[in-house]
Amino acid sequence: MSTLSQGLLIAAGENEPMPSVLAVPIDELIVGIFGFLVVFGVLAKVALPRIKAALEERTNAIEGGIERAEAAQADAEKARDEYRAALAQAREEAAAIRTQAQSDRTAIVDEARTEARAAAATVTAAAEAQLAAERAQATAALTRQVGDMALTLATKIVGQGLADDARVRATVDDFLDSLEQSAREAKA
Amino acid sequence: MAADSALSTVVAAGSLDCKFENAANPCGFPAPDTGIFFFDDLASVEILGMTFGFNKVTILVILGVVIVLAFFLWAFRRPKVVPRGSQNVGEMGYLFVRDGIAREVIGKDGDKFVPFLFSFFFLVWILNFMGVMPFVNFPATSVFAIPVAFALIVYLTWLPLGIYRQGFVGFFKGMLFPPGVPKPMLILLGPIEFLSNIIVRPFTHAVRLFANMFAGHLLLATFSLASFYLLTFTVVGVLGSVASVAVAVAITGFELLIQALQAYIFTLLTAVYIGGALHAEH
Repeated sequence: MSTLSQGLLIAAGENEPMPSVLAVPIDELIVGIFGFLVVFGVLAKVALPRIKAALEERTNAIEGGIERAEAAQADAEKARDEYRAALAQAREEAAAIRTQAQSDRTAIVDEARTEARAAAATVTAAAEAQLAAERAQATAALTRQVGDMALTLATKIVGQGLADDARVRATVDDFLDSLEQSAREAKA
Repeated sequence: MAADSALSTVVAAGSLDCKFENAANPCGFPAPDTGIFFFDDLASVEILGMTFGFNKVTILVILGVVIVLAFFLWAFRRPKVVPRGSQNVGEMGYLFVRDGIAREVIGKDGDKFVPFLFSFFFLVWILNFMGVMPFVNFPATSVFAIPVAFALIVYLTWLPLGIYRQGFVGFFKGMLFPPGVPKPMLILLGPIEFLSNIIVRPFTHAVRLFANMFAGHLLLATFSLASFYLLTFTVVGVLGSVASVAVAVAITGFELLIQALQAYIFTLLTAVYIGGALHAEH
């Protein structure tokens, strides 16, 4: 036996052989049992239910968070779909309006063109009619003046007495008619 | 040699002081023996005619109880959904016991036994840890009575639990005569199973923890003592002492691992026994 343990035994005031390490002193056994029971009792009744509740709460919070996120995602998807539908509808409307405008424009242009043509035709017709009338008038006036000039000329050449003679007038008219005729033939 | 002359002087003086443990001391290396596991009562009380002593072991057990309770009551005083500080640490311990031991070994009905396993794990761990705790330097679990007390509680838990859950006949039939074994073998197997499960099991459960902590403490004590003993004012003495300190430090690190591991194994076996009591074996 070593000096240290001897010293310990001496310090303990005993000189007996050392007890076995497998000995189980009843007071240590009781302290061990009650020590554990106290730890178990307090932890099981006080500390651990708290942490268990907190962990469950956390699980719920996480699951609730996931549910909320899923709901938010569903909302966002719904809004996106609605937006897309509205956008498509707006595009269709725009296309329809554009088509309508195209056809309207064509109609308006056609109408304006028709109107313009009609107006132009009216103006042309009026101008032609006026022109024809003026030409007829001018022709008549010219014919009479030429007849007069021819008569005056013939009178001067042939001598007096021819004026106001009915036969002379007829001759002049014939002459003029033949003039007109020849002019018409030349024109044709 | 100076030491020799000092020794002869001491011997000549006839006042050999073996309490000062040093290589210069002629008493030889006082290798620690089982004596370091026995303590005097510091106080005692009389309860029902029985003397109840408080020695270092019982005081350390009470200290361990106080530490475990103080820490977890503090850590879980107002648990938040978002954990902070000590709650984080406590939660890690709780989840380790719940997921790593109770659910893993017992199954989904293991949640009921989490407080039981949790208490064992942390009480055993702190009592083991006291083996390297400065100024304490003694694991209460290296005294046989303490693991016996714990193993006894476990034994008195799973045995009635098994009988309660599976019925007396069903429980013992399932344990002693496992199905799928040839009939003649049962004659041999029955007594062996009875011996191993009912008689030896609580004993091995206690001894496994006790022997590990006992051996660890003895090693630490030996090398700690040697580092003082070898320290003389010679090159060999200093080198020997430094080497001994290095080994003591290494063993301390190793012990830290063993302490946690043995607490885990003790708790794991507890869970295995409870699981076996809850569910008939196959």
